[in-house]
Amino acid sequence: MPGKSKKEWQEKTLKPILEKRPERQDNFPLSSGEGVEILYTPDDLPQFDYQEALGYPGEYPFTRGIQPTMYRGRLWTMRQYSGFASAEESNRRYRYLLEQGQTGLSVAFDLPTQIGYDSDHPLATGEIGKVGVPIDSLEDVETLFSQIPLDKVSTSMTINATAPVLLAMYIALAKKQGVDPSVLEGTIQNDLLKEYIARGTYIFPPRPSMRLITDIFKYCKDTVPRWNTISISGYHIREAGSTAAQEVAFTLANGIAYVQAAIDAGLNVDDFAGRLSFFFNSHNNLLEEVAKFRAARRLWARIMRERFQAKDPRSWMLRFHTQTAGCTLTAQQPLNNIVRTTIQALAAVLGGTQSLHTNSYDEAYAPPCEQAVTAALRTQQIIAYESGAADSIDPLGGSYLVEKLTNNLEDEALAYIEKIDSLGGALSAIEQGFQQREIQESSYRYQKDIETGRRTVVGVNRFISPFPKIEGLLRVNPEEARKQLQRLSRVRESRNQSRVDAALRGLADAARGDGNTMPWFLECAEAYATLGEMCDVLRGVFGTQRELLVV
Amino acid sequence: MAGDTIRVLVAKPGLDGHDRGAKVVARALRDAGMEVIYTGIRQTPEMIVETALQEDVDVVGLSILSGAHLELFPPIIEGLKQKGLGDVIVVAGGIIPEEDRPALKQMGIEGIFGPGTSTSDIIEFIKKAYAERQGRT
Repeated sequence: MPGKSKKEWQEKTLKPILEKRPERQDNFPLSSGEGVEILYTPDDLPQFDYQEALGYPGEYPFTRGIQPTMYRGRLWTMRQYSGFASAEESNRRYRYLLEQGQTGLSVAFDLPTQIGYDSDHPLATGEIGKVGVPIDSLEDVETLFSQIPLDKVSTSMTINATAPVLLAMYIALAKKQGVDPSVLEGTIQNDLLKEYIARGTYIFPPRPSMRLITDIFKYCKDTVPRWNTISISGYHIREAGSTAAQEVAFTLANGIAYVQAAIDAGLNVDDFAGRLSFFFNSHNNLLEEVAKFRAARRLWARIMRERFQAKDPRSWMLRFHTQTAGCTLTAQQPLNNIVRTTIQALAAVLGGTQSLHTNSYDEAYAPPCEQAVTAALRTQQIIAYESGAADSIDPLGGSYLVEKLTNNLEDEALAYIEKIDSLGGALSAIEQGFQQREIQESSYRYQKDIETGRRTVVGVNRFISPFPKIEGLLRVNPEEARKQLQRLSRVRESRNQSRVDAALRGLADAARGDGNTMPWFLECAEAYATLGEMCDVLRGVFGTQRELLVV
Repeated sequence: MAGDTIRVLVAKPGLDGHDRGAKVVARALRDAGMEVIYTGIRQTPEMIVETALQEDVDVVGLSILSGAHLELFPPIIEGLKQKGLGDVIVVAGGIIPEEDRPALKQMGIEGIFGPGTSTSDIIEFIKKAYAERQGRT
């Protein structure tokens, strides 16, 4: 039956039906609000060239995946973001998760630790141990990883402005455990550009922040070569309300800025690009999300090869972590969140993620309780071992819809990147409020769509019903903060103060000069200087950043 | 005087950077005809009270998702009273557990809006509270 086109089908078969019985919505919106079409066929992919568009797994442009075996060789790393109350409590949770079959650690730090204040700083009031673990000195890191050999586990740390401090403490602990830093595996988020755009835990102005980031690239290249020196994050951009295309575009534009900064600091692209990693959100629309991951992978490969002339295939590979979308969790009928998370996690797996965090059903209320986090981890294990979704590579590749959405998302992201280039690059565009404004527009439109019923949120604006109060929510005991303050003052009393003073002076000098700051962070960490002391020194040298406010 | 434009301060106490909700609410209130001042993130209780005083607002909306509300809201309420702003309508939103709400309401926070709240409910609440306030004076 040769030659019937999609257009002919629409005219002859579809149209008469639609005239009698219209569709149930006037639009079936993707994240951008644009409607997805009723059907995709080869007509949506004219000039489709398999080799150019997709290629093979483990080969440029990596659309189908970065490894030749993907999950048949090794499953993604199951890595639940976790930390609360104290180093001791968090350590207990980590060991529990490892016993339950989790395969990597992911540390959540409390806000004072993220923003460079010790627990006894006035601004830490009420925040100690609330959204993550409080870390004041190396002693807390020793407790956090107690009975966890650092050469046997990979650790991801969601830490940005204070990333050099935490990395230094981790290396110091490895040395104390007798582990050579060269075998350490893990990731620091270390992505300040998205902090200015969406997440808010910056300390210093952008330029010194970029310098600290490139200091880490340089230091790790020789000393901690298996460490992912940055996790360029779209997650928080999406949580702030962006569309899928904006998430890819703003993340990769930030990636371009980091690569350029490192090249400008004298590094050869192939010496650091293989250690860059990414972090994406997985939102509700299953097929759009799968297409998003594929589009991001293809676009980054092209950017690295064509724009930066990278030669090493590892430099072209977009390796990424995924977290399911916290912003989609509902306080109403919270058990429904398990289903949402399952669909989102499935999208990440079908999209070829390297590691995954699944949110817990109670997270619209509090950090997850043990029962909730166990169900979240089991969700990953069910996808991995029962669903079959992990058994063939890129199983949705070749779907007309997925390929078309992949093309569209790549085109839309590329158009944004060109716009950002025309504004002088990611940093300059952030300073002009471009990304922030775009995200706010999308976020407001999304909220309006929910309130007008254009988008359905089950249990919130449709299918509303009473639901039982959720039991066993995690609550941080205020006693924990008091104990943390005691620990901190004990550390300050017991350490060799003259070594601390010398180390902090060394850090200040390094920050003022153009030498690498990382060895001095390590010296400070080993001397039990506190995180707040190190950051105070840097605030003195670099100044602090004010919010780039746009409303 | 009733019928005047309602002036609202949307404020983010504490250290968390989750400002999606605060910004959406700020914009929705503005679209509903209110005058809105948004403080930005990382505000101390003192900064929020001072801004409320300077801007002569009728309403203060507090947004917090870090869990520090029980420590950070009381000094704000206290500070407002000390500055003679005890009449200002205070509402709050974010992640605020049910069990904490009675104490916060007792303290003088009139409305608490959790995840999934429609902006039109917040607008309606503020308009009603404002009208009642005007009726009283």
